[in-house]
Amino acid sequence: MTTALAEKGLAPAPATAPDADKGKKRGRGIDQGVPRWQIYLPLALYLLFTLIPFYWMLLFALRPAGSTSLVPWPMTGEHFAKVWNERSFGIFFQNSMIVGVSSLVMTTAVALAGGYALARFDFKIKKGFMLALLASQFIPGALMLVPLFEIFKNLQMINSLGSVVIAETVFQLPLSMILISGFIKNVPVSLEEQAWVDGCGRFRAFCAVVLPLLRPGLIAVGSFAFVHSWNHFLFALMFLSSQDKQTIPVGLNTLIGADSVDLGALAAGGVIAAVPVVIVFAFIQKWLITGFSAGAVKG
Amino acid sequence: MADAVAKPPRVTRRRTSRTSRMSGTKGKGSARRLPYLLIAPAGLLMLGFIAYPMLSVLYYSLQNYNVTKPWRNGYAGLDNFTKIFTDDPQFWDTLAFSGKWVVTEVLLQLVLGLALALLINQTFIGRGIARALVFSPWAVSGVLTTTIWMLLYNPSTGISRYLADAGIGSYGTSVLSDTGTVFWAAVLAELWRGVPFFAILILADLQSIPKDLYEAASVDGAGRMRQFFHITLPHLKDAIILSTLLRGVWEFNNVDLLYTLTGGGPAGQTTTLPLYVANTGIDGHDFGYASALTTVAFVILLFCSILYLRLSKFGGDNK
Repeated sequence: MTTALAEKGLAPAPATAPDADKGKKRGRGIDQGVPRWQIYLPLALYLLFTLIPFYWMLLFALRPAGSTSLVPWPMTGEHFAKVWNERSFGIFFQNSMIVGVSSLVMTTAVALAGGYALARFDFKIKKGFMLALLASQFIPGALMLVPLFEIFKNLQMINSLGSVVIAETVFQLPLSMILISGFIKNVPVSLEEQAWVDGCGRFRAFCAVVLPLLRPGLIAVGSFAFVHSWNHFLFALMFLSSQDKQTIPVGLNTLIGADSVDLGALAAGGVIAAVPVVIVFAFIQKWLITGFSAGAVKG
Repeated sequence: MADAVAKPPRVTRRRTSRTSRMSGTKGKGSARRLPYLLIAPAGLLMLGFIAYPMLSVLYYSLQNYNVTKPWRNGYAGLDNFTKIFTDDPQFWDTLAFSGKWVVTEVLLQLVLGLALALLINQTFIGRGIARALVFSPWAVSGVLTTTIWMLLYNPSTGISRYLADAGIGSYGTSVLSDTGTVFWAAVLAELWRGVPFFAILILADLQSIPKDLYEAASVDGAGRMRQFFHITLPHLKDAIILSTLLRGVWEFNNVDLLYTLTGGGPAGQTTTLPLYVANTGIDGHDFGYASALTTVAFVILLFCSILYLRLSKFGGDNK
């Protein structure tokens, strides 16, 4: 039954990727009868719900302390300067970047190797391995905090960014691997075999033929790994104790928990936390609906 | 196994299937080892940092293990579990709240996400930009969501102040410290970032419905409502079951938002089971008992998931 999950839900999702454009065309024609206002009115309402919170954060970040104006004018950079320097968001930003990029590289590399094995080979423990990948989705990361803390303590990795990178990568791996194996299955085996006939080894054939075709999938999986570890908060909160090792979400949490919350600084910190994610999001947006849909599953 | 297509019996597959033909061309021994080498990094990482911690949780659930009371440490048998079920009202309270939280969130996110997906699947001017904008909260973290909604909810300069200026509500309304409003305040914040997830998944599936089905239905005189209930919804069934299940598990497990937004309060009103476990294990240092709670939570989650898949007849052929 759990395997049905992979077959029905996760595996075929990437398979729809090449049909994306066709899908768009198919979509047309269904809606000829829909009056425009029935689209624009609910959409406008929903957009308000989505955008007001973002606007509210920008407003607080840009208007001077004490102002109650509803437009961020006159504009000030005081909150950004304060948060970046006094509240160490400059250092947090750097740490978050290290964690995000390292998790991205590790997750993608390890998932690529594993995904290739799952897509191209039949081997004895494959079924059990897939089952383990799916079962791992039910394990609450938050409940693993204490045993993980003890492991990292024994490895003397507490208060090192490496512990967070490993923890983020591990919890990111199962789904990334399932996704990537789906993408690899979409590349016809015959292409690879052709390269072997031409005298390439398996590895060279993979790099020359399969890898270029996997680009969209790898970008999606990699971006997701980055966004996830950029956002995630509990591991960093638990494993990193000294101020100069903390990440942006932990810094935000400190600002939230302060006795008298400095709303301007909090908002500016929020904007700093949002910017990289927004850039990545804008970049992967077009893959989101197609190849990426199953990856969104983890949130 | 991962192929949805039915496969011929094992012996013939060995000879004919593509995958084994591939490994056949390279020397037999190395080809047999290769898949294991390839999954080794992932396998080892998962053994070390998922399987081993899981086992240690199981082990400690049978122990008295509390750093602050070392003299009591030792084998406890099923004492921890007995206490959970017979002598811990907080377990039942937090479990009930978790259930309420998961059901409310998943249901509302599904309904809104489905509506949004249907809406945005239409053709209209500005669709691309509208899509990008309504999906954007998907990438926002729990802590950032808290940041944003704290700014909106704060009693002195939040939305309530401006509403009060306009004559709606009263000044100084603090939705997060009022036991009557805190639940819905948290639900709204989580909805804000949760709806795009469903919208994205459902939209992806919507685009795979063949257009001819709708054309045929139109010719037969079926209205838009009937088309939705007879074509769209049955087609989306598996995607909906899967996404609600995964989202349910995720909402159950995820503590980022509630931990930072309400801290489980006021007065423990918004403490979910995982939050209770974290408090017991981390702040209370009672790791044995927290492990037992973890084990129980995991079993409940697995049981509910299997039950859900069975009851909803996931994968049943009624497309």
